[in-house]
Amino acid sequence: MTLTILLVTLLKVLVLSFVVINVVPLMTWVERRGSAFIQGRIGPNRVGPLGLFQPIADGIKFIMKEDTYYPHVDKILFIIAPALALIPAILAFAAIPFGPQFTLWGYTTALQIADINIGVIYVLAIASLSIYGILLGGWASNNKYSFLGSVRSSAQMISYEVALGLSIVGLLMIYETTSLKDMVLAQSVPLWGVLPKWGIFTQPVAFLLFWICIFAETNRLPFDLPEGETELVAGYHTEYSGMKFALFFMSEYMAMFTGSALAATLFLGGWAFPPGIQEWILNFGLSRNLFAFICFINFMIKVAFFLWCFVWVRWTFPRFRYDQLMKLGWKFMIPVALLNILATGFVIYGA
Amino acid sequence: MAYQTHEYIAVGMLFLFAALVATLILIATHLLGPKIKDPAKMRPYECGPEPQGTPRHQFSVHFYIIAIFFILFDIEAVFMYPWAVMFKKFLILQGFVIILDMVVFIGILAVGFIYIWKKKALEWDL
Repeated sequence: MTLTILLVTLLKVLVLSFVVINVVPLMTWVERRGSAFIQGRIGPNRVGPLGLFQPIADGIKFIMKEDTYYPHVDKILFIIAPALALIPAILAFAAIPFGPQFTLWGYTTALQIADINIGVIYVLAIASLSIYGILLGGWASNNKYSFLGSVRSSAQMISYEVALGLSIVGLLMIYETTSLKDMVLAQSVPLWGVLPKWGIFTQPVAFLLFWICIFAETNRLPFDLPEGETELVAGYHTEYSGMKFALFFMSEYMAMFTGSALAATLFLGGWAFPPGIQEWILNFGLSRNLFAFICFINFMIKVAFFLWCFVWVRWTFPRFRYDQLMKLGWKFMIPVALLNILATGFVIYGA
Repeated sequence: MAYQTHEYIAVGMLFLFAALVATLILIATHLLGPKIKDPAKMRPYECGPEPQGTPRHQFSVHFYIIAIFFILFDIEAVFMYPWAVMFKKFLILQGFVIILDMVVFIGILAVGFIYIWKKKALEWDL
C-alpha cells in the first residue's frame, strides 16, 4: 500500500508539473499572437498551424545559442542564479488544488500535489523566494543595468508583497482556513441563494488588491520597471544568453501561472462549479475520475482567463514611473488593505 | 495528519524534479552551442561605449529603507493570519473583544505608518 501511495504521488508530481511546464511555451505563443491581434499585426504564423510550433523552434534556438561566460561576472552565482529563479517558481504550485478526489489503483487522493494545511502561506512564501534568483543574477552580472534592474525588482516585489499578504486576510476571516482545498470547498456553497460564495463576491476589494499585486510580483507590465527596455536594456538579465536567459523567462511565466491559479482558487471557486451546476453534472452519474477530470478542465479555463488578462493588460496600459509605482504600493494599496480587514471584521460582527 | 509528513514528501519530490530540470537545462546549454571569444564581446554591456567606473557603486539609500519597512510590515501581516483564521470562532466565544484587539493592533501599526509617511520616507521624487 505504501508503494502504491508513493507511486501515485510520483505520478501526480510528474503529470501536474508536465502540465504546468507546458503552460510556458503555450503562453509565449498566446502572448505573441495576442499582442499581434491587439496591435493589428499578423504575429508568428509560419511554423506549424497558426504558428503553434513557434515555441518549440524558439526553445531549440535558445539551447543551441552560445552560453557566454564573461571575465567580469561572479562565476558561481552567475550560473546558479537562473536555477534559483526557476526552482521556487516550480515549487510554488505544489499546494494549488487542480481538482477533486480521484481513485487510482485503489488509492483515493486529491488532484493536488500536496494538500498542505497552510497552503496559502506556503504558496506566498515559496513564490517570494524567486526574488533571490533575480537579485543574485543582477548582482553577479557585474553590470550597471543588471544591478539597477535587480535592485529595483527586489524593492518593487517586497513593497507589493506586504499588500499581497494583507489583501488575503479578509478571505481567511470569511472562510476560516488557510488550506486551499478547504477554501475551494467553502466557496462551493450558495451566497444569498443565487450567487456562488466565491471570494470575488465576498471580498471584491481584496480581489482588486490581490490581482494588482500579482502583476507587480511577476514583474509584468504595467509594473515591469526591472526590465524597462527604454531605461535598462533588459534589466537583471542583460548579461545572460542562451538557455540561462530563457530560464528567467520560464520562471516569470510559471509565476504568472501560479498567480493566476491562486487567484482562481481564492476568488473564483477553484475547480468547483457553482452550486447548482455541480449537482446537475453529478446527476449524469459520471464516475469519480471522469468528474475529477471535468473539474480539472473547469479550473484550467478559469486560469486561462486570468492568464489572458496578463496579455490583455500588457498591451493596454503604459508603464508606470518608479515613484508612481512606489506611491501606489505604499500609499494606496497598504492603507486600503488594512481598512478592508477592519471593514470585513465589522461586517461579520454585524451579520 | 497532524504533521502531514506525506504531503511534504510530495513537495520534496517536486523539489528534486525542479532541481533536476534546472540542472539539465544548464548543462545542456553549456555543452551545446558555439564558443567564440571576442574581446569586444567580453566587456560589460553598456550600449557600446567603454564601461565607466564600477557597478558596485553607491546606490540610493531608499532601497534599504524600503527593505526595513518590508520586514516590519510583513511581520505584522503574518501576525494577522492566525487572528483571521480564528476570527469567527472567537467572535462567538468572546464577542466584540476580538475586533477591538485588531483595532488596537492596526491602530499602533497606523501610527507608525503615518509617522514614516510624514517623514517623507515613502517619497521618491526628491
